[in-house]
Amino acid sequence: MPEQYKTSTDLEGAPVIGPGHTFASVTDKISSIVLTRPASNGWLIGFALMFMLTMMMLFAIGYLFLKGIGIWGVTIPIGWGFAIVNFVWWIGIGHAGTLISAILLLLRQSWRNSINRFAEAMTLFAVAAAGIFPAIHVGRPWLAYWLFPYPNTMRVWPQFRSPLMWDVFAVSTYATISALFWFTGLIPDFATLRDRTDKRWLKMTYGMLSMGWRGSARHWHRYETMYLLLAGLATPLVLSVHTVVSFDFAIGIVPGWHTTIFPPYFVAGAIYSGFAMVLMLAIPIRKIYGLEDFITERHLQNSAKVMLATGLIVAYGYGIEAFMGWYGGDRYDAFTLWNRLHGPYSFWYWSLLTCNIFVPQVLWIRKLRTSPVALFCISGVILVGMWLERFIIVVVSLHRDFLTSSWGMYYPTRWDWMTYIGTIGMFLAAMFLFLRILPAISIFEMRTLLPEAEVKE
Amino acid sequence: MKRDPIYGVMAEFDSATALVEAAHKTHAAGYKKIDAYSPFPIEGLAEAIGFHHDEVPLVVLIGGLIGGTCGYLMQWWMSAVDYPLNIGGKPPHSWPAFIVITFEMTILFAGISAVLGMLALNGLPMPYHPVFNVPRFSSASKDRFFLIIFSSDKKYRLDETLKFLHTLEPRSVSEVPS
Repeated sequence: MPEQYKTSTDLEGAPVIGPGHTFASVTDKISSIVLTRPASNGWLIGFALMFMLTMMMLFAIGYLFLKGIGIWGVTIPIGWGFAIVNFVWWIGIGHAGTLISAILLLLRQSWRNSINRFAEAMTLFAVAAAGIFPAIHVGRPWLAYWLFPYPNTMRVWPQFRSPLMWDVFAVSTYATISALFWFTGLIPDFATLRDRTDKRWLKMTYGMLSMGWRGSARHWHRYETMYLLLAGLATPLVLSVHTVVSFDFAIGIVPGWHTTIFPPYFVAGAIYSGFAMVLMLAIPIRKIYGLEDFITERHLQNSAKVMLATGLIVAYGYGIEAFMGWYGGDRYDAFTLWNRLHGPYSFWYWSLLTCNIFVPQVLWIRKLRTSPVALFCISGVILVGMWLERFIIVVVSLHRDFLTSSWGMYYPTRWDWMTYIGTIGMFLAAMFLFLRILPAISIFEMRTLLPEAEVKE
Repeated sequence: MKRDPIYGVMAEFDSATALVEAAHKTHAAGYKKIDAYSPFPIEGLAEAIGFHHDEVPLVVLIGGLIGGTCGYLMQWWMSAVDYPLNIGGKPPHSWPAFIVITFEMTILFAGISAVLGMLALNGLPMPYHPVFNVPRFSSASKDRFFLIIFSSDKKYRLDETLKFLHTLEPRSVSEVPS
């Protein structure tokens, strides 16, 4: 038990792994979910439902390709609509995975070891869901590769002074690094699965994926150096990604977008919604697969504290936005504030404040921070709230800007909803598959948490 | 040159502490071509077998520098040389706008070099390796710890080395066929 946990009371001092575990029991417990446990009916039904939602998304996108984005609710002046709202929401959710795997690794928070693997998986699937939206929003999605600088017969290059171009680089770098981080973290566990399974084809598959990992001391040394450096690279990267996403708005001159508070408040909001998603996934997973020894109440409590802290940063962001709208002296900014509070979308602005600021304050109560049911519900509220935040930022700012003659309203169509709900289905379907095919908890990092892992002099 | 039918001799231990101790003793006894295997990274084990030079950070540094340089030069050449476009009177070589992509390219190249560098320096992927011939070695990815002395070591003599390994009080000792 590391020293720093011993001082404080309550769950602070609680172990991050249940008592009585050995290297063998940790290995068997986690790998048995993948290797021996039969697929339950619940899993099959859940996966089938989510797969159906994925098909619905593909249907909606297929029709979109046939007809064009006219089937969506986007019009002028609201040209961004659901596509960008969902894009920012999903990218933000992904950020908690990188925070858990990279930033908490650098800060030596060993409790992260049991949740980093599926949080990283969550990042990958969330980024995949996010990536769909800008690609299908460009109007002619089969030409979306024009975003990348490649030598072409038109002899033109992308416009690097545009924040939208920065976003292309930030998000594609983020997707690549997240995938690398996730895959390299899996290599030693693939070796464990290779050595545990009896089936020849599984041995071959996991053996290939493990790249012949044999746990040599030299290999571990280079591996740990690589892992630490990757964490050090991913940390500024994850902060940069949502900063750049916020630049998509903040660089523009639209009232309600053009503020310097956007980067920090977007990053905090991303982590806020991401931890909410981590909890919404972790709470059922630990219950269904009996992993309460590995994902303990302390993990729930810590995640709840991160949500509380980032939620307050977000609240500060809203406060500064409102204050600057009033104090800044710009009549358009002042109107945006008034329009949020009293305009046609005011119900949603107040819902946003309720979901993101008022309700999460119950997390100050210790009892709720350790209650899985309460945390599950609060996390759901926060996810809705963070979606509404992006809706308010995108739609309410665009629908009434400088000229009253160009005001308008935005009404999402059924195709908008089908695409959005479909990506949730795709995300969860991927999570269902992940749980059955790969070890959802990092086995080798869990071994290092056991007291026997320490070398005694 | 005739290949030794024995790749090395391997001892199995119960705990991380025993492995690190044994590795220290083996290295001190003059065996230099040795390796240790464990189910998780053990602090000090690499040093115990005499491994000190880790080139991964250098590879990452070089990768990052190449990425950043290429990222900036790409934007400069495309925006200021090959296809200068006047947008709102901004200069074609508007360097502050190029910083974000320069940064992202630095991270991208450094991250890819970290992973590929680690794999290349470790000689991976390598699906077959002689140590896998030892049936008990499958526990190296679960809860057992192994030490090997390679037959290519100068001090290696099959019977003497086996005897030496037994003095380390291992759970078992086996010969690894090559």
